[in-house]
Amino acid sequence: MLTVDDINVYYGAIHAIKGVSFRVDDGEVVTLIGANGAGKSTILNTVCGLLHSRTGSIQFLDKTLGNVPAHKIVELGMAHVPEGRRIFQQMTVEENLEMGAYTRARADIEPGLERVYEQFPRLKERRKQVAGTLSGGEQQMLAMGRGLMSDPKLLMLDEPSMGLAPILVEQIFDIIRKLHQAGTTILLVEQNARMALSVADRGYVLETGKIVATGTGDELLHDEAVKKAYLGG
Amino acid sequence: MSFLNNAITGISLGSIYAIIALGYTMVYGIAKMLNFAHGDVIMVGAYVCFLAMGNAGLPSVVGVLLAVAVCTVLGIVIERLAYKPLRAAPSLAVLITAIGVSYLLQNSAQILWGAATKTFRPIVEGSLVLVPGQLSISYVAILSVVCCIVVMVALSVFTGQTKMGKAMRACSEDKAAAQLMGIDVDATISMTFAIGSALAAIAGVLMCSAYPVLSPTTGSLPGIRAFTAAVFGGIGSVPGALLGGILLGVIETFAKAYISTDLSDAVVFAVLIIVLLVRPAGLLGKYVPEKV
Ligand SMILES: Nc1ncnc2c1ncn2[C@@H]1O[C@H](COP(=O)(O)OP(=O)(O)O)[C@@H](O)[C@H]1O
Ligand SMILES: [Mg+2]
Repeated sequence: MLTVDDINVYYGAIHAIKGVSFRVDDGEVVTLIGANGAGKSTILNTVCGLLHSRTGSIQFLDKTLGNVPAHKIVELGMAHVPEGRRIFQQMTVEENLEMGAYTRARADIEPGLERVYEQFPRLKERRKQVAGTLSGGEQQMLAMGRGLMSDPKLLMLDEPSMGLAPILVEQIFDIIRKLHQAGTTILLVEQNARMALSVADRGYVLETGKIVATGTGDELLHDEAVKKAYLGG
Repeated sequence: MSFLNNAITGISLGSIYAIIALGYTMVYGIAKMLNFAHGDVIMVGAYVCFLAMGNAGLPSVVGVLLAVAVCTVLGIVIERLAYKPLRAAPSLAVLITAIGVSYLLQNSAQILWGAATKTFRPIVEGSLVLVPGQLSISYVAILSVVCCIVVMVALSVFTGQTKMGKAMRACSEDKAAAQLMGIDVDATISMTFAIGSALAAIAGVLMCSAYPVLSPTTGSLPGIRAFTAAVFGGIGSVPGALLGGILLGVIETFAKAYISTDLSDAVVFAVLIIVLLVRPAGLLGKYVPEKV
């Protein structure tokens, strides 16, 4: 589904991503874990086309993304739910979801809304509400629902649990499990390593722009070094 | 009666300001820049209409449509050539470029059409007499108010109901997030400049029909006043542009009538300063603290 090969990403003179390679196969949930500032968001933003790598290549469904602009990558079937949610605060819940379906035909919007409302009944109750007035958990659900509106083949989630109360974190991870069961391919970025590894098929550990460990979710959960650094011993 | 006459003049002038202010506000909303060349697009629109009606002898409707067409293209070209390369540049660089574009348009007009003032033939003539000898409304004034209402309604339907209009709002809130939805941000910005410039053409023709003198600098003062109106109402806010435009037209007209013709601009700016002291984001603008 997605193959990232030897990408190097810079912010001006800052070398943020140093020769990172990884892949995500059909139907997998793959997680990138790492401390704050490790480069997780930079990687996702490069995959979705907002940032560009100076080297290497990114293959998505047999297409080389290279210079494909971000808005065209969405059409290929990739949805990115960015860090901090980035919902359109001044638009209503339903308008946000409609924007998520921007690349779809008009006829697909209604069924898409139905599906998302089924998954997030809360959003249905608030469909006419201005998104900026939602609570943090609701905003995260809206961001995920908006991502799902394009009916993506690959869903990328950047720290979906950030800033949420534990009970909401559970809910978000439940949804991720359900999406996984339904066959959605997911690339999940998290600081909450324990939760992320427990839902993931495979994981990669990122440290200052480099991948330092990889394995199945279980392997990493029981890896001594990972335990020490990311799972509180 | 003179009070009523002044009110009518003020509202119709204000309607024209509102149409121009919309262009400033829409472009600001999406490109976060002050397009100082906007006033000069007004002037180009007026010249196109003038030439079409005068030299080519075409009917005024055709003149207006040609003006709209030329300005739409002009707006898109200006954005592509002058502003798009500066998307990531500091706002001061963009501002100076906009001033440069403004002079470029004025000087080009001078080369093409000469510096001499031309007498613009109004696109509609005559007036509606309400009280013979005392109260009448020119058809241009009526047309200005009608245009303003139509433009406002059309724009609110466009931004509120259509897919493209919603995409425009999404872009003005968060360009990166809009791209992640699959929205072509460059195309959306182009479209915004196109709409703003088309409105400038309409305003130019109305303005020159009401005050029938035309020269290469015709657009600059109304441009500055409409910019003031946009700030007055709250830059970035569409209803703000309407309110700011009308208020500015009315204040200017009353200041001319009851205070002094020479001081009317001073009065307008004094009111602006007072409003901004009390409401820094303008009458209908939302004050959004800088995110850190
Ligand atoms: N816009 C930016 N400009 C400069 N440096 C940045 C920018 N965004 C991120 N960085 C730097 O790149 C590195 C990786 O950041 P990021 O990808 O946001 O990490 P993570 O998502 O893992 O917390 C950090 O050192 C960060 O300071
Ligand atoms: Mg991050």
